[in-house]
This record gives sequence, C-alpha cells and structure tokens, in this order.
Amino acid sequence: MIYLDNSATTRPFPGILDTFRQTADRYFANPSSIHPLGGEAERLLGASRERVLTALGVREGSIIFTSGGTESNNLAIKGAAFMHQSRGNHLITTKIEHPSVIEAFESLESFGFDVTYVDVDARGHVNPEAIREAIREDTILVSVMSVNNEIGSIQPLKEIGDVLRFYPKIYFHVDHVQGQGKIDLSLEKTGVDLCSISGHKIHGLKGTGMLYKKKHVRLFPLNHGGGQEQGNRAGTENLPGIVSFTKALRMIEEEKMEKKTELRGLRDYLYESLEGIDGIIVNSPIHAAPHIINFSMPGYKPEVVIHALAKRDIYISTKSACASKEPDKSAVLEACGAKDEVSTSALRVSLSYQSTKEELDIFLSSLIEVKNSLVQTSEV
Amino acid sequence: MQFSHILIRFGEMALKGKNRKHFERQLLENVQYRLHGFKKAVVKKTRGRMYVLLNGEDPHQVMEACQQVFGIYSLSFAIHIENDVEQLKEAVLHAISEDTEAKTFKISAKRADKSFPVPSDELNPILGGHILRHLDGVRVDVHDPDVELKVEIRHEGSYVTSKDYRGAGGLPIGSTGKSMIMLSGGIDSPVAGYLTMKRGVEIEAVHFHSPPYTSERAKQKVLDLAEKLSVYGKRVKIHIVPFTEIQQKIYKELPDSYGMTIMRRMMMRITERIAKEEGALAITTGESLGQVASQTMESMNAINEVTNYPVIRPLVTMDKLEIIDIAKKINTYDISIRPYEDCCTIFVPKEPKTKPDRNKTISIEQTADFSEDITKALHSREVVHIDSKKSAKQKEDFSDLF
Repeated sequence: MIYLDNSATTRPFPGILDTFRQTADRYFANPSSIHPLGGEAERLLGASRERVLTALGVREGSIIFTSGGTESNNLAIKGAAFMHQSRGNHLITTKIEHPSVIEAFESLESFGFDVTYVDVDARGHVNPEAIREAIREDTILVSVMSVNNEIGSIQPLKEIGDVLRFYPKIYFHVDHVQGQGKIDLSLEKTGVDLCSISGHKIHGLKGTGMLYKKKHVRLFPLNHGGGQEQGNRAGTENLPGIVSFTKALRMIEEEKMEKKTELRGLRDYLYESLEGIDGIIVNSPIHAAPHIINFSMPGYKPEVVIHALAKRDIYISTKSACASKEPDKSAVLEACGAKDEVSTSALRVSLSYQSTKEELDIFLSSLIEVKNSLVQTSEV
Repeated sequence: MQFSHILIRFGEMALKGKNRKHFERQLLENVQYRLHGFKKAVVKKTRGRMYVLLNGEDPHQVMEACQQVFGIYSLSFAIHIENDVEQLKEAVLHAISEDTEAKTFKISAKRADKSFPVPSDELNPILGGHILRHLDGVRVDVHDPDVELKVEIRHEGSYVTSKDYRGAGGLPIGSTGKSMIMLSGGIDSPVAGYLTMKRGVEIEAVHFHSPPYTSERAKQKVLDLAEKLSVYGKRVKIHIVPFTEIQQKIYKELPDSYGMTIMRRMMMRITERIAKEEGALAITTGESLGQVASQTMESMNAINEVTNYPVIRPLVTMDKLEIIDIAKKINTYDISIRPYEDCCTIFVPKEPKTKPDRNKTISIEQTADFSEDITKALHSREVVHIDSKKSAKQKEDFSDLF
C-alpha cells in the first residue's frame, strides 16, 4: 500500500492506541469527581495540558481540548464573534480557508455579521496589505490558515501578525490543522490569539484536537454545561483522546526535528518529476509546505484517476475531502485564478514523514501508466 | 543572530554595605539554582553586575526564569558581536524585532573603544536608519521611546542591549532568615508566602490536615501551591499536621462560639513549636485585617496571645482584589480556587465570635487540656520536601503514557 493522502488523515503513530487503551482503562474516572480516582484523572489532564503548552513552545495561555479541527475552528470563530459582537460585527478571513472556517463565517452572516473574504494571488498567498486594508473600526476577528489544505501554500502569518500588532483588540485566529508538525510557527512571536490543531492529521486519533487560547482572550462557549475546559467547552473530558493527542503532538514534533529536510527533499523531487510529465500542471507553489502537492491533469476526471491508482494500491485524493459544493471543482484553485480545466481536474498528493522515494517512484510511473491508458473524458 | 547574554542588575542590594558580598553570593547561587534546567547557561558575576551566558539556550525562557528570582531589579538581553558596523546593524534589528510590543525606539551608542572608526553620534542614525528601513510600523522617539537600544563599543567587542525587563525585586532568598508559614490552601496564604520570600526569607510551611473531613485533594492542593512557591526559592519543606482529633475535641468539649478562635490558637501553638524545632524565627500568615471573623482586630489579639514569635502578616492591609491580582501573577490563584474543603471551612460555628474577648478565651480554653493532643499531632506530622529542581521530575509519573 502506498498511502499519499496524509492531508485527509494519517495513520496513528505506533503506541498511540496503547496510550488510548491504557488511559481509558486505568484512568476511567471523571476528572470532576472529588474522590481520589477523579483526582488522579484530573492530574493526568493537567499534565497533558502542560505538555501541550511545552510542545507548542508557549509560556502561558490555555489549551482547550476539543473533538478536532472543525470544532476548534468553530469555537474560535463563533466564540470570538458572539463574545465581542457588542464591540463590532466585522470579521475578516480569506477565500481559501477550509470549509469549517468558511462555513462558520457564512453562518455568522445570517446573524448579521459582516464578513470580508480577502483574495489570494495566483500562488494562493494572502497579501498582508490586503488584510490591513480590510480592517475597519468595527473589526473584531481575523482568521487566516497557516497551510492551505489543498495546495499547501504557506500564509505570511508573521507579516499579518505585524499588521495586527497595531490593533490589539482584533483577535487573530490561525487554522494550523495542516501546518502543525510540518512548518514552524511561533504562536507568541506571531501574535496569535487562537490556534486550531487536529489530532488525526498528526498521526493521533480521530475525535481529538485542541484550540490554543492566549491569556485574556474570551470566547462565547458553543457547549454549556459543567464548566470543563475553564468554562470554554463543557462536557466530560475525553481523557484517553486527550492523552493520546498529547503523545502524537510530541511525536510529530520529534519527527519534524529529525526528518524535515528529508521530507522537503522528497517533495522537491516529486515536484520536479510531475512538472516533467507532459500534460500535467503543478498547482502548488514551489515554496510551500513540505507535504502537499496539488496538480491537474486537464481533460481527465480526477475521480477516475483516483480509482485507477487505487487499483494499483496507491491512494491519493482530489481536492479537500470536505469541500464539495460543485462536483470536482476546487474553490481554492478558482480563488487562485485557475482556469476551469485546471480547477476541475485537480489531484492532491500529501506525504508523511514515513513516505519514501521508492513509493514516489512507483506512484510516478503508475500515474504515467494511468494517464496513457485512460481516455480523455473532455476536450482541453 | 541570537541574544548571547542576559544582563542582571540588582537594586536595593547594592546599598547594603558590608552585607553586600553575602547578598551577591546568595543571589548568584539562587540564579544558578533557578537555571538548573538550562544546562548550557552559565551565570557569572563581575563588579556590581551579574550576567547569564546563554550558550544557545532559549533567551526568553531563561529571561522568564530569571525574572522570578528575588533580588534582581532589572534585566536586559544582550548581543555580543565584533566591532563591525554591519554586525551592529543586524544586532540592533534583531534586538528590536524580538520585542513585538515596541512601537517607538531610540539608539544610544557609546564608543569606549576610540579606535572604532565611526563616532557615536554618527552611529546612532546609521543604526536607527537600518531599523526603519527593515521594520514596518516602528518609529524613532528620542524623548519617550518604548525601547532604548544601548550600543557599547568596547575593545573586546560590541554589546547591544535590549529594553529593560523588570526583575522580581526584593532580596535574595536565604539572605534574611527563615519563617514558618501557615498554608491553608486558600488564596491568601500563598501570596503571603510569596511576599515574605520577596524580602529574602526562606520559608517552610505548616498545613493542617483533617481527614476524612478534608480530602487527599485538599492536601494535594497545598503541595501544588508549595511547588509554585518553590519556583521563587529553592526548596519548600511542608509539615502536614493531622488535626482531626484536635478539631473534634474543640467541637465536642468547648462552646461553639469560641471554637474558631481556640482552633486558631491551637494552630498557632503548633506552628510555633515546629518553628522552634526547625530554627525559624518568625511565623507568616495570610491574615488580612477584617476579612473574616478570625481576622478582626479582637480575633488577632486573642489568637496572637499564644506566641511571642514575630508574626509576619504581609497582607494585613491589603484588599482582597489586590491579593487576587498577586495570586494570579504567581499562578497560585487557579490552584487556590479548587473547590475542596479545608480545615478552616469545616466545623464552622453557626455564630462565630467576631469579637472574642481575650481573657474569656483563655479561661474557656483552660477547661480542657490539649497538651497531649498537640504533642501527638506534632509527632505524627508528615514532612514533604518540594524541590523546584526535582518537582519537574515528580510530574513524570504519567510519562509511560506520553
């Protein structure tokens, strides 16, 4: 099996399931219970929180454990908007965000919020100046992703943070789901107030994730109840999930330290090889995240290519598994100004630190085989 | 480019005449102790100044650690470079871009090495201009800058120092003796401990534990608080005194309304006995005048009667909100508000005397004999050592999971 769909989800690291099972078995008590079993569970929860802070390299601030990237994004965006609507109702994001961000913003429009969706350039980059120009008196939130999930472009968060430094009342949310463990992001130096991370994208388990919240940032909770997660997310904590997430976060950071250059080299190799194939257009920018490459085969239906590759036990994907307003058409590529023939025939390869050059060679030769054997389904 | 040093300046200490050497040595030791986790960092002392050679350790983490050491007045990052304009340009740019809050700045260059070709008044605009060209959103303000970047050109090389960071102030812990603090687990007592430590006092703690009326988590809470305090000192020794029997006896044998006052007197007696054994010359409490029934002027008078040890009450004139502010700053607040019963919240009389009469208290107390109970409690106390060096390791008990 050659699995090249790591931006959709990843295979859990070895030991992650053991941690989950052991925690579920040994520390099953409710951390809110006052008996010693509860106390032990509470201490484990606290230890997880501290380790996450350390892994993220932040000195203070809180970690809200959630069910994953989508929940973290929703909590950050809706939570910030509802908490501070008395101060303003203008929100800023970009046109190439993940659906869990875009749709959250769209839902807020129906509550009377005014949202500016900032354009990106042909390589999928937001101009920090465009953010500055979009800012108004009543702006309360700016949300920009770190790494685009479809094409891997890295947003200039440091520069956007520098712009926002002069507007201390505007919250800065970063959807870091695709970036965690792949690119460096210093939350404090960048001036990030809220940051979403998902567990299953970093070889943890589905249903785990977190939202980093800078000290003094206040959110309106989406879940009310028993006051867990400092009142930001009620509901009995998923302790086995949380502990396994914490472990995955440590492991991905270690992998990054060790294999960053190697992964970058693999991506460069794949990038050059794809560019060398006739009839293939690489959509990802050269300087981008080290694990995502998006390319188009105009004239070929992406779904057909995926099935043909799957028959050879190779797994890649079309655009984001979550976005499907118009079948096969990528909103991200459209926002980058790509022609229809490109935006409707996009494929995505996403690597992990476990990927090898041998796998990529097999993928490349299989892709050429598939391309030659398939009949073009539309004119180019 | 990276910061290579942290400069440490001490304020009040410098005034202390003959004691100065002793204070400096204590401070050096304390800084070294606090930086034990930063294996590569080296602490050095010169005349009137101290500095940390970072040797590649994270400057901000080391800065944060140093800011918790009492006896330090202010600190700055410093970059050591060669006497070269290009390197100086890079250094000032680095120094200012590390400070994300800075909107205005000023450069103050001093040329001790006159062989350096550029005079200081020419150097200022060269370096300032470099920053303006490379950094958006900052401007020069020579009168009231957010950051003053000091540049010193010396024979052995140039130093660029960043803005001043505030130190914790006070005196180095261990330089003014030891006090026994009564640590309940509430918001006030850890703050009282912190403020006592600020004046250079080493602390030991006494906690009264009343199982099953108070739980293991209430005890854990106190240990967690002591750990937070140990960050500022080195070690904190905690005496956990079993108090159930004494409390029950007071409740059963003495009139309800004087129960609270007498309980406090027992605590004070036990604390004094432990202080004597441990060589502490004072007792610290978190009492704040008028805050609760046991902290009225009359109560304090009646309770204080049992000891002639000095009782340090750093919070005595503070408002609750002022206390909470400090508790939040020293990260004890979130621990203190954990909702577990402590020994002061159980057996609360329905109508405690807010103005107990001193003589009446004494005569009521004499109707029962507590001397054996006190000796027994003292003997069966549990002693826990919390060491800021080791507490990081104690947390590792879940490490097989992570």
